[in-house]
Amino acid sequence: MRRLNKWMLALIMAWFMATPAAADGLLMARVGKAFPEAMTLLQSAISSRGYTITRLQQVNENLERRDFKSDMYRVVYFGKLEEVKQISAQQPELIPFLPLNITIFAEGEQTILVSSHPKTLHQFFPDPALKPIFVRWEKDITAIMDEMRGE
Amino acid sequence: MLLRFLTLGLLAGLSMSQVLAAPNGASLYGRNCASCHGANGNGGIGVPLALPSFQASISDDYLRKTIVLGRPGRVMPAFASLSKDEVEAIVRHMRSWANEPVATYSSQPVKGDPSHGKQLFGQYCASCHGANGEGAKGTGVTFSRPRDLPIMAPALNNSGFLASATDAMIKATLMKGRQGTPMVSFLTQGLKEKDINDIVSYVRSFEKKALINNASAAQQERPVIVRDSPYDLQTTVENVKRAVNSNNFFHGRVQTLEYGMSKPEAENPNQVIVYFCNISQLNQALSMDPRVGLFLPCRITIVEHKGKVQVMSLNPAALSGLFNNVEVDQLCKTLKENYITILEEATL
Repeated sequence: MRRLNKWMLALIMAWFMATPAAADGLLMARVGKAFPEAMTLLQSAISSRGYTITRLQQVNENLERRDFKSDMYRVVYFGKLEEVKQISAQQPELIPFLPLNITIFAEGEQTILVSSHPKTLHQFFPDPALKPIFVRWEKDITAIMDEMRGE
Repeated sequence: MLLRFLTLGLLAGLSMSQVLAAPNGASLYGRNCASCHGANGNGGIGVPLALPSFQASISDDYLRKTIVLGRPGRVMPAFASLSKDEVEAIVRHMRSWANEPVATYSSQPVKGDPSHGKQLFGQYCASCHGANGEGAKGTGVTFSRPRDLPIMAPALNNSGFLASATDAMIKATLMKGRQGTPMVSFLTQGLKEKDINDIVSYVRSFEKKALINNASAAQQERPVIVRDSPYDLQTTVENVKRAVNSNNFFHGRVQTLEYGMSKPEAENPNQVIVYFCNISQLNQALSMDPRVGLFLPCRITIVEHKGKVQVMSLNPAALSGLFNNVEVDQLCKTLKENYITILEEATL
């Protein structure tokens, strides 16, 4: 039995070594489309994964009102009601991180998307019951970035 | 015995599948690098990697080490999660833009007089690279903001740069310059090879200076700033609005957490968000790093949970490490102080 355990351990370690580790820092994507089209695609990519877009924060308009120059810049907020209800009841200190958001801004005729890695929330809130939600968010936002990149 | 064979078979299969699935450099570049360096290496937040003079003056080893080590505090992250094969595949993809043979450099140190090099550095280099080699400001800025040049003067005192660039590479850059950037050949500016050796030895001496470790400071921060309120929810909301306004911000929308996800009459009224802003500070923040939109707009949440009212905000100082930008670190410290002041005024 001890030998079996040893072999199983070796197998598990090999699997972990074969699994690519996730990237650090921020989730980012460059989209080869101008801002208006990228914005439409982003909203569609978010909605198709069952999220509701709750708000579009207009950043460049606010800057321009004060004569500061900026290209198109928005923050898109989104969430799923049941998840938000569950997580905010379970861990109220997570509310400042909700709803999820993706920042989108123009860079010439291309567009850049930025979001934080939801999995980093697990470092701050190590409750095992929350981990599946963080993992799901990470998977969804990564998939949104991939879709926007055209992968 | 059978189990052993099965296990060995599985292990061999895993290794084989990794060999067969050779990393795709273009795809890895698109996923990890293109957002900053451009899809075709023409730059943006990061260096225009396809610039012919850049391609001609850097070694493969410089690229490999830069990917692995990044530039601490200067936006470029350390891609520690990439395998050696993946890094190599990205380097090969970047080299598809090279028109000339790839440069290789000796790893031997260049001997020079660092004190004379310091004097020359102040005279010839500091105006672009900073008095202490800290590089140009606004390292995270994209073309979405007003910007004059496609390339920022790099931080020569950065531990990632010093570990990636050999003395010979720094010397070659000083001697030849980089066409298409403000970096000129210093031989054409009247310096002799000995002077350039002295500058190289001074740049190398930056290694001896201790570097601030902002990452460890951020790890000690709690993710959320919370204060208990002695008032009921509605009074606390009004107090927050007043405190926001008295601290040089203006408050904007006041909404529930569930706004937009539910019918208004069904929203939980005990989770209220007050958004606020200072447009001048916002402009300053975006001028440092456009990715700080993640924090926008500023907000404070007021929650009544199990009969207790609390005010809370995320702690920018705990999250600043995500940006790997020293300029943002300072901004986040200031923002944290602003949040604490507002929370405490509102709950006084």
